[in-house]
Amino acid sequence: MENRIDVVKNKKNILSVYFTAGYPSLNDTETIIKLLEENGADMIEVGIPFSDPTADGPTIQESTNKAIENGMSLQLLFNQLKSLRQYSNIPILLMGYFNVIYQFGVENFIENCKKTGIDGTIIPDLPLNEYNKDYKRLFEENNIYNIFFISPETNIDRIKEIDNASKGFIYVLSASQTTGKNISESKSIETYLTHLKSLNLSNPFLVGFGISNKQSFDYVCQYANGAIIGSAFVKAIAKGNLEESIKNFVNNIKKV
Amino acid sequence: MDNFVNDEGYFGAYGGAFIPEILHPNVKHLQNNYLQIINSEDFKTELKDLLKNYVGRPSPLYHAKRLSELYKTNIYLKREDLNHTGSHKINNALGQILLAKKLGKTRIIAETGAGQHGVATATAAALFGMKCIVYMGEIDMQRQAPNVKRMQMLGTEVIPALSGSKTLKDAINEAMRDWINNSKDTYYLIGSVMGPHPYPDLVGRLQAIISEELLTQVEEETGKAYPDYIIACVGGGSNATGVFYHFINNDKVKLICAEAAGQGIESGFSAATTHLGSVGILHGFKTIIMQTKDGQIEETHSISAGLDYPGIGPLLADLKDKNKCSFIPITDEEAIKAGFLLSQKEGIIPALESAHALAILDKMQFNIDENIIINISGRGDKDLETYFKYL
Repeated sequence: MENRIDVVKNKKNILSVYFTAGYPSLNDTETIIKLLEENGADMIEVGIPFSDPTADGPTIQESTNKAIENGMSLQLLFNQLKSLRQYSNIPILLMGYFNVIYQFGVENFIENCKKTGIDGTIIPDLPLNEYNKDYKRLFEENNIYNIFFISPETNIDRIKEIDNASKGFIYVLSASQTTGKNISESKSIETYLTHLKSLNLSNPFLVGFGISNKQSFDYVCQYANGAIIGSAFVKAIAKGNLEESIKNFVNNIKKV
Repeated sequence: MDNFVNDEGYFGAYGGAFIPEILHPNVKHLQNNYLQIINSEDFKTELKDLLKNYVGRPSPLYHAKRLSELYKTNIYLKREDLNHTGSHKINNALGQILLAKKLGKTRIIAETGAGQHGVATATAAALFGMKCIVYMGEIDMQRQAPNVKRMQMLGTEVIPALSGSKTLKDAINEAMRDWINNSKDTYYLIGSVMGPHPYPDLVGRLQAIISEELLTQVEEETGKAYPDYIIACVGGGSNATGVFYHFINNDKVKLICAEAAGQGIESGFSAATTHLGSVGILHGFKTIIMQTKDGQIEETHSISAGLDYPGIGPLLADLKDKNKCSFIPITDEEAIKAGFLLSQKEGIIPALESAHALAILDKMQFNIDENIIINISGRGDKDLETYFKYL
């Protein structure tokens, strides 16, 4: 079966939105997915909460703590997503730290991903060599795309290595930093993204970390196929009515 | 020197480098260069000089006669508490700061639990004129207040970790975030045998000076080439790794780790990782960690801030699997009792961490002709407030 990421990955101005499962309330998962899709997001990253998210800034830390407090777990997430593909056709990736997946059992995890209709995974602390050594076959046999990162410090050989290993898209970090800090539209980020574009990588790339509003979204979309918004979205849905806040958020980014 | 780690950073099934891609260039650079640098002649000469004239090494191996009499065996104390800054942590801090300098880094960050590693790092940074930031759990800052002031006096900025259990684990999380945000100029000076490869191996090698000295001291003091037992406390496991290192491949030496049981293994307030933990990935490496069935890291408890950590070093986890090392849980109460006993029998007030190692004496039977080495990893000055509650 075709991976849904392939259907959208070559579009322009792709908006991929991250939210933490179990936040703001335990059972919001399905609602948030439906509302994001209805309002025109192109891809969704569902965060699996972990107690010690070392690559995340305060916003996502708080959301994951709250989600764990609310009772969220990976098993519960799969239960919540059981009928996902009856109401949704948007590409969905699960994003989380490796320990939670490791405890769940990586094979069990992939089996559940496949059954649920998950298209990809993003695991920030599972580096390429560990993935290749133990898990690559398992993911590939089940057509689950594991997404890798590139940062401004990644050298050209490593970029090519990552491009070769990647399916779907490459997650490009706007800067070497934790999540939730705003990017600055500086010469250095322009040079970096222009350089990446000029490499003609075999995978499209989406830019993440520090994209928070229409301005920064449009800015990076000049160089990339799209962008990922996490912390800013998590903040936007913290309070109030989900229907309204998600509609406003996506429309504001996507308006022409 | 024996090599316990393979090229990918694994000690048996444990270790590795589970790091975000942002840290890859930094960690790779360290992996590719650390052995060459720490084995170079000028590094060795400079570190040796510092350890001798600044730290005061070798630390004595002291025959504790009154304690020996009480337990009807021969007890020797390796006196890391007599080092400058009051613990074994300085061995590692000086080694790594020299390494950081050679790697061209200008800013040092560190985590600390009891504050001993923080103080050692602040000291080394002052000595080398480098900017230093130490992350410390808010709760640890309260219970180890004198060490916070010491770091500040040494010119280091101490930043409280306010998330999670507000102890060592959370200080490491904050230090890792800082590292991610400042990967170019910053060297992360990890204080224990943990973190992504090469840190567990690097810290182990720098702490191995403890057992290297024992190779000659044991012979001088006991007339035998090796001891029957070596006992050390284990949080992350740096003092244990250091005092075991040169005896790991000697099957005749029994290695004993004292783990912090807190209020008791079943109490829910414990840090006895090998008894309560399972295999997982935390802080960039695979090891035995205390976690829920869902893979969330559990909050630990120990009266001793330095043992309040939900994981152990990968080498020690591997030694446990291979039955080369036993782990014995010691409660807060038992540690306090052992701390008072050493104070009153030998006139040495040990750190609460080291008191856990001493408490093993009540848990095991030793023969009259056996030689036992206990590593006194630090002195008790920082713990006086806690001890005073039991006076």
